[in-house]
Amino acid sequence: MDFELSKPQKLLQSSVRELLSRECPTERVRELMATETAFDEGLWQHLADQGLIGLTLPEEHEGMGLGAVELAAVAEVMGSFCLPGPFLSNHWASTLLATAGNNNLAEAYLEPIVDGTLRATIALLEASGDWDPAGVTATAKAQPAGGGYRLDGNKLFVSDADTAGLILWVARLGDELAIFSLSAGIAGMEIEAMPAIDATRKLYRVTLSDVTVPSDRLLAGGEQARAALAFATREATIAACAELVGGMQWITNTTVEYAKSRQQFGKPIGAFQAVQHRCADLLLHLESARSATYSAAWAVAENDPEVDRLVSVTKAYCSDAAREVASSGIQVHGGIGFTWEHDLQLYFKRAKSNELLFGDATYHRERIARMIIDR
Amino acid sequence: MDLTLSPSERAFRDELRAWLASNLPEPFAGQAHSEDRDYLEYLRAWQRRLFEAGYSGLTWPAAFGGRGATPVEQSLFVEEMARAKAPDVVGAIGIGLIGPTIIAIGSDEQKAAYLEPILSGDQIWCQGFSEPDSGSDLASLATRAVRDGDDFIVNGQKIWTSYAHVADYCFLLVRTDSAAQKHKGITCLLVDMKSEGITVKPLRMMSGDAAFNEIFFSDVRVPAGQVLGEIDGGWRVAITALMNERANLGAAVRVMLARFLETLIAALPEIPRPSSSHPSGSMSAAEDPLVRQKIAQAHLDLEVFGMTADRALARVATDGVPGPEGSILKLFWSELNQRMTQGAMEIAGPYAQLADEQEVWGEISYAYLRARGNTIEAGTSEVLRNIIAERVLGFPKSY
Ligand SMILES: Cc1cc2nc3c(=O)[nH]c(=O)nc-3n(C[C@H](O)[C@H](O)[C@H](O)COP(=O)(O)OP(=O)(O)OC[C@H]3O[C@@H](n4cnc5c(N)ncnc54)[C@H](O)[C@@H]3O)c2cc1C
Repeated sequence: MDFELSKPQKLLQSSVRELLSRECPTERVRELMATETAFDEGLWQHLADQGLIGLTLPEEHEGMGLGAVELAAVAEVMGSFCLPGPFLSNHWASTLLATAGNNNLAEAYLEPIVDGTLRATIALLEASGDWDPAGVTATAKAQPAGGGYRLDGNKLFVSDADTAGLILWVARLGDELAIFSLSAGIAGMEIEAMPAIDATRKLYRVTLSDVTVPSDRLLAGGEQARAALAFATREATIAACAELVGGMQWITNTTVEYAKSRQQFGKPIGAFQAVQHRCADLLLHLESARSATYSAAWAVAENDPEVDRLVSVTKAYCSDAAREVASSGIQVHGGIGFTWEHDLQLYFKRAKSNELLFGDATYHRERIARMIIDR
Repeated sequence: MDLTLSPSERAFRDELRAWLASNLPEPFAGQAHSEDRDYLEYLRAWQRRLFEAGYSGLTWPAAFGGRGATPVEQSLFVEEMARAKAPDVVGAIGIGLIGPTIIAIGSDEQKAAYLEPILSGDQIWCQGFSEPDSGSDLASLATRAVRDGDDFIVNGQKIWTSYAHVADYCFLLVRTDSAAQKHKGITCLLVDMKSEGITVKPLRMMSGDAAFNEIFFSDVRVPAGQVLGEIDGGWRVAITALMNERANLGAAVRVMLARFLETLIAALPEIPRPSSSHPSGSMSAAEDPLVRQKIAQAHLDLEVFGMTADRALARVATDGVPGPEGSILKLFWSELNQRMTQGAMEIAGPYAQLADEQEVWGEISYAYLRARGNTIEAGTSEVLRNIIAERVLGFPKSY
């Protein structure tokens, strides 16, 4: 058993770190936050050129074919820079596209995604806020005589819909799940911003009313749709956890450094035990979240039979830990930590949006309960 | 990164699993408390059986009766013991803390005299560190040992000494030079508990059982050959022992906590929930969403602790030293156990106050009470946070 990242994995991390220190310092993060989409074409192209957009996508579609551990390693660095824009949503959607078993659509869209010219997102959540696809109510109705499908529904909290050329729409076709691949901006589709506290990633309401699409837009249906969505969500959840780990690392470093330099009562505040103990807890949460994230990433990569449980364990832990760490980091900084100017607020808000993304701790605890109580 | 088991680790696990399937004793019928002589003999017999099969002191070098197992194998061992619901290892202090310290620092005579009996359970050891006036500030200890010819003469008092009431030997810290700076005048003695002048007085813990004690030393003669390490060099010995203690306690505790959670989950369908809090009608605890959240939280806490422990072990295996994650383990499990048992008490509702340990309620209430000690024994949570802050994060000393 070996938890250390391999040499190539470490190299991958340092190349991402180098790219982001150059292209995405926090001044740039703040500029992008203030835009409508938080999307930076140039930065995206850099990510694509380094192979990061297609990191885990199959080589036959020009991806790098790497696994969840590499994904975690990369996402951890991205989290430490609070990288704005659609990396996670696009990763989630492109993984679904690659695993849904529909070659035509995969062939049509994966290459432009990998080379950076197209982005995709998934429209899953509805007013109930339920991450379980079983709760989806948006309807798809087969039209007579091969006339395609009629789609209606209202999706909320759709990440980065405004910059996505492709929206994977999760609907209910009779009793079954069905996922459709829709080009953005088709007639009858409305996209409306939902301004949120984490402005580094934008959320949207996407509405379809009386939209008819041809049959070849059906990406997957039934069990195949469910399994592909579960797979993609598992992988993206690990990436979100790794981002949280990267954010917690940034907060811990910044807070410990500050506590050593800020003086009150004639000594560094880090000499006070109450401050020290908070910092010790930052480390406890950070290192525990890291152990969990990489263990779960490994389980995803190896298709471990316990993978669903381990991913839920990890997401629940990281979601709560990151919120605690971000709050504690602000407390140790005092007034300066509460300002708009200090970067802590970026990480605090990202901790919240990632806590909610792919289900918060309460959602994942219920999933765990089903696996350990109801079995 | 590679978290798969190597072929030899897998073989080790399979072999152990098969061995456990045919060697596990019947559960003890009675109160499983260490002051119960029958229970003690039951546990000793279990340890002997483990020893004879080569499963006692796994990580000890083969030359000293262990198997030179890797930390990963040690962790597999703990996991399999938990899975099989195996009894505790009664000589855990000897195997986990004192033996490794004797191996690291002891003389050949000491190794010959103590190591094998520690593994077999023939010798049970206790750890005489804390005193009434020296707890967290261990280095201020005052029990004195004065040289008299070939002996030391020991006078003083230890307190909170677990297992002293059944121990054959004590791993004792004494002051041999009171003029020196406090860390520099301490010596470690290996003391026969049958020596003249030793009195052991059990202390009852708040959980009701008497697992720790006071030890009074009145002109106790200890031969100078019983010094472990150097005279006045006992602080280093103590630190070695404490590091081993924190690392090993965590492993053992994982078994206990996992077993507790299993018991609790199995009991859920029998635990009623008051229908007043659920207007939809009566339901069992297994169906109550609040209960399910608590159970899942305990499970995930325990899993994340396990992953962190594995990571620390893997680090020890490659680097020889625990990484930063090593120092947080004790803090993690002790507080996790308090959260978990607190949750169990809430789930059990009015039944939680019942004390009969033959029933699941008594098991829960006992675990809840006993967990209060976890954040005190083997370094209080405050002291551990001090250590993390100073040694890992590099803050100045706060006291
Ligand atoms: C179940 C159990 C089993 C035990 N078994 C053994 C054993 O086998 N052998 C043995 O030698 N000892 C044993 N102990 C003793 C244990 O090691 C001590 O209780 C512990 O080290 C604390 O010492 P104390 O009780 O004197 O408390 P104190 O040191 O007086 O501490 C009281 C409070 O003050 C806090 N405090 C003290 N110093 C600081 C500081 N610098 N910064 C912040 N807070 C501080 C502590 O955290 C605690 O909250 C056992 C204890 C328990 C509960």
